[in-house]
Amino acid sequence: MIHSWLPYVLCILLFCVGVYAVLSKKNLIRIILGIVIADYAVNLFLILLCWKKGGEAPILQPGAMEQVMVDPLPQALVLTSIVIGLATTAFLVAIAMRLHERYGTYDITRIRELRG
Amino acid sequence: MIELYIVMALMIAGALAAVEMRNLLSAVIAVGVVGLGLSIVFLLLKAPEIALTQLVVEIVAVIILIRATLTLEDSGEWLGSRPLGSLLGALFAALTVWVGIVAFKSLPAFGDPLMLVSQRYLADAAADTGAANIVAAIILDYRAYDTLGEATVLFTAVVGVLTVMRRKGVKDHGEK
Repeated sequence: MIHSWLPYVLCILLFCVGVYAVLSKKNLIRIILGIVIADYAVNLFLILLCWKKGGEAPILQPGAMEQVMVDPLPQALVLTSIVIGLATTAFLVAIAMRLHERYGTYDITRIRELRG
Repeated sequence: MIELYIVMALMIAGALAAVEMRNLLSAVIAVGVVGLGLSIVFLLLKAPEIALTQLVVEIVAVIILIRATLTLEDSGEWLGSRPLGSLLGALFAALTVWVGIVAFKSLPAFGDPLMLVSQRYLADAAADTGAANIVAAIILDYRAYDTLGEATVLFTAVVGVLTVMRRKGVKDHGEK
Protein backbone atom coordinates (compact mmCIF):
# COMPACT_ATOMS: atom_id res chain seq x y z
CA MET A 1 0.00 0.00 0.00
CA ILE A 2 2.27 2.75 -1.29
CA HIS A 3 -0.59 5.27 -1.08
CA SER A 4 -0.80 5.02 2.68
CA TRP A 5 2.54 6.79 3.24
CA LEU A 6 3.87 8.33 0.00
CA PRO A 7 2.25 11.77 0.59
CA TYR A 8 3.88 11.96 4.03
CA VAL A 9 7.30 11.22 2.51
CA LEU A 10 6.89 13.91 -0.18
CA CYS A 11 5.86 16.34 2.55
CA ILE A 12 8.91 15.57 4.68
CA LEU A 13 11.14 16.00 1.60
CA LEU A 14 9.72 19.51 1.20
CA PHE A 15 10.48 20.19 4.89
CA CYS A 16 14.05 18.95 4.39
CA VAL A 17 14.58 21.31 1.43
CA GLY A 18 13.64 24.20 3.74
CA VAL A 19 15.91 23.03 6.56
CA TYR A 20 18.78 22.52 4.09
CA ALA A 21 18.40 26.14 2.94
CA VAL A 22 18.49 27.39 6.54
CA LEU A 23 21.62 25.41 7.38
CA SER A 24 23.67 25.90 4.24
CA LYS A 25 22.99 29.31 2.69
CA LYS A 26 24.85 32.54 3.43
CA ASN A 27 22.23 34.93 2.10
CA LEU A 28 19.84 36.07 4.83
CA ILE A 29 16.84 36.33 2.46
CA ARG A 30 17.47 32.78 1.24
CA ILE A 31 17.45 31.57 4.86
CA ILE A 32 14.07 33.26 5.31
CA LEU A 33 12.85 31.48 2.17
CA GLY A 34 13.94 28.20 3.76
CA ILE A 35 11.97 28.98 6.92
CA VAL A 36 8.90 29.80 4.80
CA ILE A 37 9.19 26.50 2.90
CA ALA A 38 9.53 24.49 6.13
CA ASP A 39 6.47 26.32 7.50
CA TYR A 40 4.44 25.36 4.43
CA ALA A 41 5.54 21.74 4.77
CA VAL A 42 4.38 21.53 8.40
CA ASN A 43 0.97 23.00 7.52
CA LEU A 44 0.68 20.57 4.61
CA PHE A 45 1.52 17.63 6.89
CA LEU A 46 -1.30 18.46 9.32
CA ILE A 47 -3.79 18.77 6.47
CA LEU A 48 -2.60 15.47 4.97
CA LEU A 49 -3.24 13.83 8.35
CA CYS A 50 -6.86 14.98 8.41
CA TRP A 51 -7.86 13.89 4.90
CA LYS A 52 -10.42 11.09 4.80
CA LYS A 53 -10.92 8.89 1.77
CA GLY A 54 -14.16 9.83 0.04
CA GLY A 55 -14.75 12.67 2.49
CA GLU A 56 -16.28 16.03 1.67
CA ALA A 57 -15.33 19.48 2.87
CA PRO A 58 -16.67 19.96 6.44
CA ILE A 59 -19.66 22.09 5.45
CA LEU A 60 -23.14 20.81 6.26
CA GLN A 61 -25.47 20.58 3.27
CA PRO A 62 -29.17 21.28 3.88
CA GLY A 63 -31.22 18.11 3.87
CA ALA A 64 -28.32 15.68 3.48
CA MET A 65 -27.97 13.10 6.26
CA GLU A 66 -24.88 11.04 7.16
CA GLN A 67 -22.30 13.02 5.20
CA VAL A 68 -18.75 11.64 5.23
CA MET A 69 -16.44 14.54 6.05
CA VAL A 70 -12.73 15.13 6.46
CA ASP A 71 -11.43 15.94 9.95
CA PRO A 72 -12.24 19.63 10.65
CA LEU A 73 -10.07 20.09 13.77
CA PRO A 74 -6.58 20.22 12.13
CA GLN A 75 -8.06 22.48 9.44
CA ALA A 76 -9.15 25.00 12.07
CA LEU A 77 -5.72 24.95 13.74
CA VAL A 78 -3.83 25.21 10.42
CA LEU A 79 -5.94 28.24 9.49
CA THR A 80 -4.48 29.92 12.60
CA SER A 81 -0.99 28.67 11.85
CA ILE A 82 -0.92 30.04 8.27
CA VAL A 83 -1.69 33.58 9.38
CA ILE A 84 0.89 33.41 12.19
CA GLY A 85 3.42 32.17 9.62
CA LEU A 86 2.82 35.30 7.55
CA ALA A 87 3.31 37.51 10.61
CA THR A 88 6.61 35.87 11.53
CA THR A 89 7.80 36.14 7.91
CA ALA A 90 7.06 39.87 7.92
CA PHE A 91 8.97 40.27 11.20
CA LEU A 92 11.98 38.31 9.88
CA VAL A 93 12.05 40.42 6.69
CA ALA A 94 11.89 43.63 8.75
CA ILE A 95 14.90 42.54 10.84
CA ALA A 96 16.80 41.46 7.69
CA MET A 97 16.20 44.82 6.03
CA ARG A 98 17.43 46.65 9.14
CA LEU A 99 20.59 44.51 9.11
CA HIS A 100 21.08 45.29 5.43
CA GLU A 101 20.75 49.00 6.17
CA ARG A 102 23.41 48.83 8.90
CA TYR A 103 25.93 46.48 7.26
CA GLY A 104 25.20 46.89 3.54
CA THR A 105 24.99 43.16 2.95
CA TYR A 106 22.80 40.11 3.53
CA ASP A 107 25.86 37.88 4.01
CA ILE A 108 25.53 36.31 7.48
CA THR A 109 29.25 35.51 7.75
CA ARG A 110 30.16 39.17 7.22
CA ILE A 111 27.45 40.41 9.56
CA ARG A 112 28.97 38.22 12.26
CA GLU A 113 32.44 39.71 11.68
CA LEU A 114 31.11 43.24 12.11
CA ARG A 115 29.91 42.54 15.66
CA GLY A 116 30.38 45.15 18.37
CA MET B 1 -4.80 10.79 -5.99
CA ILE B 2 -2.32 11.09 -8.88
CA GLU B 3 -2.97 14.85 -9.16
CA LEU B 4 -1.92 15.26 -5.52
CA TYR B 5 1.46 13.65 -6.24
CA ILE B 6 1.96 15.79 -9.36
CA VAL B 7 1.32 19.05 -7.50
CA MET B 8 3.50 17.97 -4.55
CA ALA B 9 6.35 17.06 -6.93
CA LEU B 10 5.97 20.51 -8.51
CA MET B 11 6.18 22.06 -5.03
CA ILE B 12 9.40 20.18 -4.23
CA ALA B 13 10.87 21.26 -7.59
CA GLY B 14 9.87 24.87 -6.82
CA ALA B 15 11.46 24.66 -3.37
CA LEU B 16 14.71 23.30 -4.82
CA ALA B 17 14.70 26.09 -7.42
CA ALA B 18 14.14 28.66 -4.65
CA VAL B 19 17.10 27.31 -2.71
CA GLU B 20 19.55 26.93 -5.59
CA MET B 21 18.60 29.67 -8.07
CA ARG B 22 21.30 32.34 -8.37
CA ASN B 23 18.99 35.33 -8.77
CA LEU B 24 17.30 36.29 -5.52
CA LEU B 25 14.16 37.71 -7.18
CA SER B 26 13.68 34.46 -9.12
CA ALA B 27 14.09 32.53 -5.86
CA VAL B 28 11.29 34.56 -4.24
CA ILE B 29 9.03 33.89 -7.23
CA ALA B 30 9.86 30.16 -6.96
CA VAL B 31 8.63 30.29 -3.35
CA GLY B 32 5.44 31.79 -4.78
CA VAL B 33 5.10 28.65 -6.93
CA VAL B 34 5.43 26.51 -3.79
CA GLY B 35 2.77 28.51 -1.95
CA LEU B 36 0.26 28.50 -4.80
CA GLY B 37 0.85 24.76 -5.31
CA LEU B 38 0.14 24.35 -1.59
CA SER B 39 -3.15 26.21 -2.10
CA ILE B 40 -4.13 23.73 -4.85
CA VAL B 41 -3.17 20.79 -2.61
CA PHE B 42 -5.42 22.14 0.15
CA LEU B 43 -8.24 22.33 -2.37
CA LEU B 44 -7.63 18.71 -3.42
CA LEU B 45 -7.65 17.65 0.24
CA LYS B 46 -11.11 19.22 0.74
CA ALA B 47 -10.02 22.22 2.78
CA PRO B 48 -11.47 25.19 0.86
CA GLU B 49 -11.12 27.83 3.62
CA ILE B 50 -7.47 27.00 4.08
CA ALA B 51 -6.88 27.12 0.32
CA LEU B 52 -8.33 30.64 0.20
CA THR B 53 -6.32 31.78 3.24
CA GLN B 54 -3.15 30.29 1.79
CA LEU B 55 -3.75 32.10 -1.52
CA VAL B 56 -4.09 35.49 0.16
CA VAL B 57 -1.20 34.89 2.58
CA GLU B 58 1.07 33.72 -0.24
CA ILE B 59 0.47 36.85 -2.31
CA VAL B 60 1.22 39.11 0.67
CA ALA B 61 4.31 37.06 1.61
CA VAL B 62 5.72 37.31 -1.93
CA ILE B 63 5.15 41.08 -1.93
CA ILE B 64 6.99 41.43 1.42
CA LEU B 65 9.89 39.26 0.23
CA ILE B 66 10.20 41.15 -3.07
CA ARG B 67 10.38 44.37 -1.06
CA ALA B 68 13.35 42.88 0.80
CA THR B 69 15.17 41.97 -2.43
CA LEU B 70 14.66 45.49 -3.83
CA THR B 71 17.12 46.93 -1.30
CA LEU B 72 19.95 45.32 -3.25
CA GLU B 73 21.62 47.30 -6.03
CA ASP B 74 21.40 44.28 -8.31
CA SER B 75 18.97 41.62 -7.20
CA GLY B 76 21.44 38.91 -8.25
CA GLU B 77 23.55 38.84 -5.10
CA TRP B 78 24.59 35.18 -4.95
CA LEU B 79 26.52 34.57 -1.77
CA GLY B 80 26.93 30.83 -2.08
CA SER B 81 26.84 28.19 0.62
CA ARG B 82 28.81 27.36 3.71
CA PRO B 83 30.56 24.02 3.05
CA LEU B 84 30.11 22.71 6.62
CA GLY B 85 26.49 23.88 6.64
CA SER B 86 25.78 22.11 3.34
CA LEU B 87 27.17 18.87 4.74
CA LEU B 88 25.19 19.25 7.96
CA GLY B 89 22.06 20.12 5.99
CA ALA B 90 22.32 17.07 3.73
CA LEU B 91 23.00 14.85 6.75
CA PHE B 92 20.05 16.29 8.65
CA ALA B 93 17.76 15.88 5.64
CA ALA B 94 18.73 12.22 5.20
CA LEU B 95 18.25 11.56 8.93
CA THR B 96 14.86 13.28 8.96
CA VAL B 97 13.59 11.28 5.99
CA TRP B 98 14.75 8.03 7.63
CA VAL B 99 13.18 8.83 11.01
CA GLY B 100 10.04 10.01 9.21
CA ILE B 101 9.64 6.75 7.28
CA VAL B 102 10.07 4.77 10.52
CA ALA B 103 7.60 7.02 12.34
CA PHE B 104 4.96 6.91 9.57
CA LYS B 105 4.42 3.22 10.30
CA SER B 106 2.78 4.17 13.60
CA LEU B 107 0.62 6.92 12.07
CA PRO B 108 -2.87 6.21 10.77
CA ALA B 109 -2.67 5.48 7.03
CA PHE B 110 -3.24 8.35 4.60
CA GLY B 111 -6.97 8.76 4.06
CA ASP B 112 -7.99 7.12 7.35
CA PRO B 113 -7.74 9.65 10.20
CA LEU B 114 -8.48 8.85 13.85
CA MET B 115 -11.02 11.67 14.43
CA LEU B 116 -11.60 11.05 18.16
CA VAL B 117 -12.57 14.60 19.12
CA SER B 118 -13.79 15.57 15.69
CA GLN B 119 -16.56 12.99 15.70
CA ARG B 120 -18.26 14.97 18.42
CA TYR B 121 -17.70 18.27 16.61
CA LEU B 122 -19.17 16.86 13.38
CA ALA B 123 -22.18 15.41 15.19
CA ASP B 124 -22.97 18.35 17.50
CA ALA B 125 -21.74 21.47 15.68
CA ALA B 126 -25.04 22.25 14.02
CA ALA B 127 -27.02 21.94 17.27
CA ASP B 128 -24.38 23.64 19.48
CA THR B 129 -23.40 26.60 17.32
CA GLY B 130 -25.84 26.82 14.42
CA ALA B 131 -23.00 27.13 11.92
CA ALA B 132 -23.10 25.11 8.69
CA ASN B 133 -19.36 25.45 8.25
CA ILE B 134 -17.80 23.25 10.92
CA VAL B 135 -14.31 24.78 10.60
CA ALA B 136 -15.83 28.19 11.34
CA ALA B 137 -17.75 26.65 14.25
CA ILE B 138 -14.48 25.34 15.72
CA ILE B 139 -12.35 28.49 15.34
CA LEU B 140 -15.06 30.91 16.44
CA ASP B 141 -16.90 28.85 19.04
CA TYR B 142 -15.34 25.65 20.39
CA ARG B 143 -11.79 27.02 20.29
CA ALA B 144 -12.40 30.75 20.36
CA TYR B 145 -9.58 31.26 22.89
CA ASP B 146 -7.15 29.88 20.29
CA THR B 147 -8.33 32.52 17.87
CA LEU B 148 -7.91 35.19 20.53
CA GLY B 149 -4.34 33.95 21.02
CA GLU B 150 -3.80 34.15 17.27
CA ALA B 151 -4.99 37.75 17.24
CA THR B 152 -2.55 38.50 20.09
CA VAL B 153 0.33 36.95 18.13
CA LEU B 154 -0.63 38.96 15.05
CA PHE B 155 -0.77 42.17 17.09
CA THR B 156 2.63 41.42 18.64
CA ALA B 157 4.14 40.76 15.21
CA VAL B 158 2.73 44.01 13.78
CA VAL B 159 4.07 45.98 16.77
CA GLY B 160 7.42 44.24 16.31
CA VAL B 161 7.60 45.14 12.60
CA LEU B 162 6.65 48.75 13.32
CA THR B 163 9.26 48.97 16.09
CA VAL B 164 12.01 47.55 13.91
CA MET B 165 11.15 49.61 10.83
CA ARG B 166 10.44 52.99 12.45
CA ARG B 167 12.51 55.99 11.39
CA LYS B 168 11.54 58.51 14.08
CA GLY B 169 13.55 58.54 17.29
CA VAL B 170 16.21 56.08 16.11
CA LYS B 171 19.75 57.07 17.07
CA ASP B 172 22.53 56.67 14.52
CA HIS B 173 25.00 53.86 15.00
CA GLY B 174 27.53 54.76 17.69
CA GLU B 175 25.56 57.74 18.99
CA LYS B 176 25.02 57.70 22.74
